[in-house]
Amino acid sequence: MRRVAIVGAGLTKFYRNVQETPKELAYEAAKMALDSCEMKLSDIDCVVIGTAPDAFDGLHMKGEYLTDGSGGYRKPYMRHYVGGGTGVLSPIHGWFHVASGMFDTCLVVAEEKMSSAYPHPAGAFLTIFDHTTEQPLYPTLIWIFAIEMNRFMTTYGYRKEDIALVAVKNKKNAMDHPSAQLPGEITVEDVLNSEIMAWPVNRLDISPTSDGAAAIVLAAEHVARRVTEKPIWIDGVGWALDTAYWCTRDLYYPDYVEVAARMAYKMAGIKEPSKEIHIAEPYDPFTYKELHHIEGLLLCKRGESVQMLLDGVTQRTGNLPCCPSGGALGVGNPIAATGLMKIIEIFLQLREEAGKRQVPGKPTCGVAQAWGDLMQVGTVVVMRS
Amino acid sequence: MEIMEKDVAKTATKLKTQQILEGKVLSVKWEPNLKYAWDNGPALGRYLAELKNGRIIAKKCNKCHRIMIPPRMFCELCWRPTDEWVFVKDTGIVNTWVVSYVDWKAGRLDIKGGVRPITPAVIEIDGASKGMGILHLLDEVDPWKIYRGMRVKAVWKPAEERIGAITDIKYFKPIE
Ligand SMILES: [Zn+2]
Repeated sequence: MRRVAIVGAGLTKFYRNVQETPKELAYEAAKMALDSCEMKLSDIDCVVIGTAPDAFDGLHMKGEYLTDGSGGYRKPYMRHYVGGGTGVLSPIHGWFHVASGMFDTCLVVAEEKMSSAYPHPAGAFLTIFDHTTEQPLYPTLIWIFAIEMNRFMTTYGYRKEDIALVAVKNKKNAMDHPSAQLPGEITVEDVLNSEIMAWPVNRLDISPTSDGAAAIVLAAEHVARRVTEKPIWIDGVGWALDTAYWCTRDLYYPDYVEVAARMAYKMAGIKEPSKEIHIAEPYDPFTYKELHHIEGLLLCKRGESVQMLLDGVTQRTGNLPCCPSGGALGVGNPIAATGLMKIIEIFLQLREEAGKRQVPGKPTCGVAQAWGDLMQVGTVVVMRS
Repeated sequence: MEIMEKDVAKTATKLKTQQILEGKVLSVKWEPNLKYAWDNGPALGRYLAELKNGRIIAKKCNKCHRIMIPPRMFCELCWRPTDEWVFVKDTGIVNTWVVSYVDWKAGRLDIKGGVRPITPAVIEIDGASKGMGILHLLDEVDPWKIYRGMRVKAVWKPAEERIGAITDIKYFKPIE
């Protein structure tokens, strides 16, 4: 396998009700990524695209629709999709195109436009549930995440007011992110007093409906060294799915994230993740998910993530900054684009180009992770400078 | 890397839902005739048939010894065919639950107007292996008094109304 680096990145602003078409969003991010490393589309050997359910856009075969905006015209082109885990599968998908030796460069694009679905994109998710045993009960995604959050809370005795600190931290971090949709200084009380959606989930525990796109350029080592002085290496990749019988699993712990993390850590030669990893971008579409994923990523012992949060370890200035970007809660959550936004955050942090968001201490190793489907997929990427 | 700030207001017209509803803008109205006749397969087929009889049936794997509900023809852990059918009880415990103020399309329930929040739960069924749960609803209980480990029992539709569906169980309610 060849070593693969990220050499360029592009990210649109995240909005609700953006006016551009999905193709235009994809074009903006992809063009920005190429410009950032002074490459042209003719330098790109292949293109991969991550984008979540077709039902968001009411457009079947969304991957094909996005081809031209993504620069995929008459190139080897492939779409991948694992629900919310898509955005971190994107660099993995691009990685095996280049690591295999098949291609020297790959443009990786992730696009999502959720706001086209009326009245709310949540309705598009009914069909992810089992048609015989679950759909007749009219479940929603919010229910099942609230169900998982409650199991997580009752297992460890975690309190809602402590978990709410994740929203406070991430929305504050997002104030320094130029793409952010919902940055702000809020308090724990604001979270607790926000509208109840499905207890224990309140409105401020959830990331918003968002539109946006992200893109990165991957290159094999000999190309990467020519293109940039600061390549960021993809040193470990991992992904795993758990059973779709989600009621049969104990939801307090994301085993599939651990499986994916162990795969990525083994490849990257990481033995003690909590010591060797300097920054993390765990997927945070809900407040509790950041904590749930920190545990699954083995960045602390099971049941210790809340204490880590209370101790300030995961603040931007802490020993293990988590979601220094502002995360899905603060920057926004255009599903596939969010995961790639997290990859881009680690890329910028390791290059020390994160501006006001830069974490101190010259980090050299970071991990990004996403999650999705029926609470069953974990996607993990380890990066080093 | 610089983020492009977009001047959307200058290049495009912002739409309001009302404009769509009033037909003032071009919109595509389409009621797709997407009706599906889903095959249940032998495992869920038997499960549904027994629900019609007012009973819950599971299936056992003789390798991992799990008694699984909903029943399945193959064990996803051992990756082999399952073995005997086993009747389980219509009682169980609340594994985890939610007090929902929204419906399936994120529409708000009229809680202030007296509508009861929906209380979905994962219920571990007695007689199935530990942790084997199904998604169902709780009712006849104060939503704020539900707790982990609460014992519950199925409330069935009358026999003549049952059609062989998960909704033949109306909901689960607490028992002492
Ligand atoms: Zn088995």
